[in-house]
Amino acid sequence: MWEYSEKVIDHFLNPRNVGEVENPDGEALVGNITCGDALKLTFKVDENGRIKEARFKTFGCASAIASASALTEMVKGMTIEEAAKITDEDIANYLGGLPKEKIHCSVMGREALEKAIAHYKGEAIPGLEGEVICECFGVTKPEIERVVRDHGLKTVEEVTNYTKAGGGCGGCADKIQEIIDHIQAEPQGPPVRPKLTNLQKIRLIEETIQQEIRPALQQDGGDLELIDVVGNRVLVATRGACASCVAAQLTLKDFVEAKLKELVAPELQVEEVAS
Amino acid sequence: MSVIYLDNNATTQVDQTVLEAMLPYFHDLYGNPSSMHSFGGQVGRKVREAREQVAALIGAQPDEIVFTSCGTESDNTAIRSALATFPNKRHIVTTRVEHPAIHALVARLAKEGYRVTELPVDGQGRLDLFQYEQALTPDTAIVSLMWANNETGVIFPVEKAAAMARNKGILFHTDAVQAVGKIPIDLSRNGIDLLSLSGHKLHAAKGVGALYVRKGTKFAPFLVGGHQEKGRRGGTENVPSIIGLGKACELAAQRLESENIIVRALRDKLENELLTRIPHSRVNGDQKNRLPNTSNISFEFIEGEAILLMINELGICASSGSACTSGSLQPSHVLRAMGVPFTMAHGSIRFSLSVFNTEKEIDYVIEKFPPIIERLRHLSPYWEVGAAICASVES
Repeated sequence: MWEYSEKVIDHFLNPRNVGEVENPDGEALVGNITCGDALKLTFKVDENGRIKEARFKTFGCASAIASASALTEMVKGMTIEEAAKITDEDIANYLGGLPKEKIHCSVMGREALEKAIAHYKGEAIPGLEGEVICECFGVTKPEIERVVRDHGLKTVEEVTNYTKAGGGCGGCADKIQEIIDHIQAEPQGPPVRPKLTNLQKIRLIEETIQQEIRPALQQDGGDLELIDVVGNRVLVATRGACASCVAAQLTLKDFVEAKLKELVAPELQVEEVAS
Repeated sequence: MSVIYLDNNATTQVDQTVLEAMLPYFHDLYGNPSSMHSFGGQVGRKVREAREQVAALIGAQPDEIVFTSCGTESDNTAIRSALATFPNKRHIVTTRVEHPAIHALVARLAKEGYRVTELPVDGQGRLDLFQYEQALTPDTAIVSLMWANNETGVIFPVEKAAAMARNKGILFHTDAVQAVGKIPIDLSRNGIDLLSLSGHKLHAAKGVGALYVRKGTKFAPFLVGGHQEKGRRGGTENVPSIIGLGKACELAAQRLESENIIVRALRDKLENELLTRIPHSRVNGDQKNRLPNTSNISFEFIEGEAILLMINELGICASSGSACTSGSLQPSHVLRAMGVPFTMAHGSIRFSLSVFNTEKEIDYVIEKFPPIIERLRHLSPYWEVGAAICASVES
């Protein structure tokens, strides 16, 4: 028996928002009866562009029903832009996690949402069409590539858990492995930041403040002085307009610290000291 | 919450009488049956009695019974033994609907270079004996056909099939794990060479089984070790479980008739009532040649795991051939081999009864099941559309 969380069981036994919205603004049907699970999602948007009603119908197991129920609860009250950011992980987390063999249920939720949003916007369905790799479940190469990239998947089994690809006859296992190998061979993200010595770190902080931060503050009549660096704490004093500005704290966190985290080291913290 | 256990093809409750027969041999009478002293010897006598009880249930001689740890071990032993004793024969005949104990084993053997013929079944899960006979070749080392299917209860004509194999000098094995204790078996009247049975399917304990090896059959042991089981299976005997298996076989022999009358009547009531009360439901498997305790019903347009979890809330235990419960992502290989449509296969539920089930329990299930199916169909995007299509086709 699967180890389902209490929340999964609750959403399965008491599913929220079952049915179909009348005259929906967005709708989608993903999956099919051959594959063993399918989800029909419909939603309606209010005058402010927020989803005011979302409903679902699911053919599938307990976690498929619970994932769809959770999804409709999550999107209610969201703008389309906010809803578009929901990932399969968000759905699984909302439910207190899913057994790894059942993650494809939350992936189906995300797919339905994307498709329904595309339908609402009158856009083409996001580019997941392409060469079918898994014939048993009709899973395409772009779909596999996406989960491999999004979740850093390394094995065929993991891909099967996310997409069901490879879970039928298993004939496509080699092709899935090729896709994984290909993606792993790609350069990974931004170039690796070299580990800094203390001296290099302080110099880099100085440089960044000098070249990136002060000119921007000076444009608004403000200024900033670097007082000291203690470990990862960057101690600064505000000058000019900043010294008397009520928004200065916000600027320190949102601009100064963010800039230093981005350009020097992510663990840096900016603190203001009396000058 | 009380449990209504309708999953007896998965495992059964150890009978109280069986348990009582076993208990002294855990603590008080713990001797080794192979020992020279009488403290061990009394245990040896009890194991011998168990061997006689098992043999009596299936019409065998006591020394044709080899105790094993489970049905899977019996199956592996039988097939490997046949291949070892006929090293020049490289072909195995079996079916597409076997239990994994055979299914996975022959897949392994195919990788080891053996040629495997897996015979198809028809929509009712039946074997074509003509096609079967065509598959037997001079190169065939062994045939392995299950006596009764664990998912549908469909009974294969193994006695006829065994006779055909014997005519061609081919060894015949049957996995009778689901059949023993449920239907009459008399090995003195047929040509079956090897037969597997398992204790926990007939109210004995888990972890004990037996392999019947017809006298005169060439045999190579699977577990090599001590001289136990006359050198046919090394390893100290699982004494309490073997004694329990003997007792369970004795009880099964006494109960065969009631199993066939009372259990069958309860099964038929459950099946007929559910089919009548629930539209778009049907029985999977040949209803004429079927175990008396098993009913495999498909409820169209919904998924089995969801049904199981809903009835679980009511304490009702059954199983399903749906993808979500099979551990793979496809519905059961048995239903697929039968060509059961996907709309039906995903929503299949297996009820398997035992002599311990009561009419009250069956009535409760009959009352509770239809609203659960209705509730899940209400959730299904296919229900209204699918039912409408079916209606237009039927009219």
